[in-house]
Amino acid sequence: MISEAALDRLAGMLRAPDLSGTRYEIVAELGRGGMGIVYLARDTALDREIALKIVDRGAAGTRSDSLDALAHEARILARLEHPGIVPVHDFGELPDGRVYYAMKRVRGERFDRWLAAGRDLANSLTVFLRICDAVAFAHAHAVVHRDLKPENVMIGEFGEVLVLDWGIARTANREPNNQNREPKNQSREPKNQNREPKNQNQEPKNQNQEPKNQNQEPKNQNQEPKNQNQEPENQNPEPRTPNPEPIVGTPAYMSPEQRAGAAVDHRADIYALGVMLDALGGPASVAAIAAKARADDPAGRYQSVQELAADVQRFLSGRRVGAHREPLVDRVQRIYRRHRVPILLVLTYLAARVLLLWIGGI
Amino acid sequence: MPPFPVTRHSIVAAIRSERTEVRRSAFDALVQAYWKPVFKYVRLKWHASPDEAADLTQAFFLRAFEKDFFASFDPARARFRTFLRTCLDRFVANARQAEGRLKRGGGAIVVPIDLPEAERELQLQARNAVTDFDAFFHREWLRSLFATAAAELCDACAARGRPQRFAMFEQYDLAADEGERPSYGELARRFGVSATDVTNELAAARREFRRLVLAALRDQCATDEEFAAESRALGA
Repeated sequence: MISEAALDRLAGMLRAPDLSGTRYEIVAELGRGGMGIVYLARDTALDREIALKIVDRGAAGTRSDSLDALAHEARILARLEHPGIVPVHDFGELPDGRVYYAMKRVRGERFDRWLAAGRDLANSLTVFLRICDAVAFAHAHAVVHRDLKPENVMIGEFGEVLVLDWGIARTANREPNNQNREPKNQSREPKNQNREPKNQNQEPKNQNQEPKNQNQEPKNQNQEPKNQNQEPENQNPEPRTPNPEPIVGTPAYMSPEQRAGAAVDHRADIYALGVMLDALGGPASVAAIAAKARADDPAGRYQSVQELAADVQRFLSGRRVGAHREPLVDRVQRIYRRHRVPILLVLTYLAARVLLLWIGGI
Repeated sequence: MPPFPVTRHSIVAAIRSERTEVRRSAFDALVQAYWKPVFKYVRLKWHASPDEAADLTQAFFLRAFEKDFFASFDPARARFRTFLRTCLDRFVANARQAEGRLKRGGGAIVVPIDLPEAERELQLQARNAVTDFDAFFHREWLRSLFATAAAELCDACAARGRPQRFAMFEQYDLAADEGERPSYGELARRFGVSATDVTNELAAARREFRRLVLAALRDQCATDEEFAAESRALGA
């Protein structure tokens, strides 16, 4: 008799894709989502483990939608060659008609779990800056991630930081007239600096969903990039003409414009980075940076990831951050912490001089 | 390459044949695939004793053959499996009303009921946990489908002079529980081969098993559409 365990095992085996004719063999299922399933597989030609993402036959939407979405994700990843973005090795079609792409297998820990182990702020912010690097690179190539969150970031075994799940990323429209325009209010404090986003405490529908693995799934993205072959994009494009589109992403990290289904640009990612930064905790200046990044109005946010990262970097090196108007006491304390040694030397010197004068006067 | 095997004359289609020998042959295949799910279903759903369930199973297939139960099957309305179960429920209800008048057959159809084996399997299963009999019937049908494919795989491996391939598959993929499953390394030691050989043999066995399951499934479906739907339901 086939036991219950064997029955489940065999059923699972049948669900696994037929990789005959390819160079890959399934080792185990790593995770699944709305559009695809990610498997740990072995590349028999190179004798190495890889991650294989394959369209799920049972996914919502038409077969064509699923294929397009996975192909779109693979193409996005293929053009983003950066140490902080998982490289794609291969793309193809299985005998049963499903498409797949092979990517580097990332070993390590998800950022949210890494944080849960208890990390000091400087360490967490250093990782955050590495995330910013990868996202800024994508923005420079006109790609907006649209689903940034700690669950989509992996900390590798050797400290490498990788941004995953570009399944709902989209290519931004190019607006040549605005390419180098600086935002008018760049250094101005946003009006709502300390205000919580309207839905910040709202319970997102899928906030507690735990992706099973590092290669978490895309939600839904059926649109082909309109300008896929564009050269790297301007960093500070103006908001585009509203263009209703499917609401995709993770509610807790979605900017107001993304939640509203309006057109989004790279500043939606800056909002998500602000939510992530806020969760790291830290003093008022870090909270102010996070608050500015997740301002309700895109124009009130940092206008590029580099600006956001620069402010975080300023905090780490003990300098004044642009987003925070600090009280005098805080400023003195900060300056003292940053220049402790010379200040102590000067104070010691002055104390010695006073002492000598006092002794000489006796 | 087409996603599914090409259409051939399925059991369900052959059951409607006007040629008696074709129908009988198809019925034998159908009985082979379904007798155990039917027997267990009658035992649990209808609280029948082992002997009564065996009689009802035998009588059901006999009556279905004689009265052409399955001729009215419309693949556009339901899966064949669901249709068969509906016929079975109706038959058992009627048989209970006409108590003691079960026709035991005159040799037209022989249901190879292995009562001790079926009972032993039922004892191993969590009988009291069954609340969804539709799901139970489906799972038993799946078990029967896999058992048939595994037996065919065993024969195919032996015929090709690769009995070791099936032995590895049996020990690794058919292991009764996770604790019994050897590692690839352990299998390699048992069979005196390398771990790579184990990987290759298991991959080949699984490919063949999948092919056999799909072939058996195709036999049990009336149309390409039903087969495609059943394949998708299996995830294959």
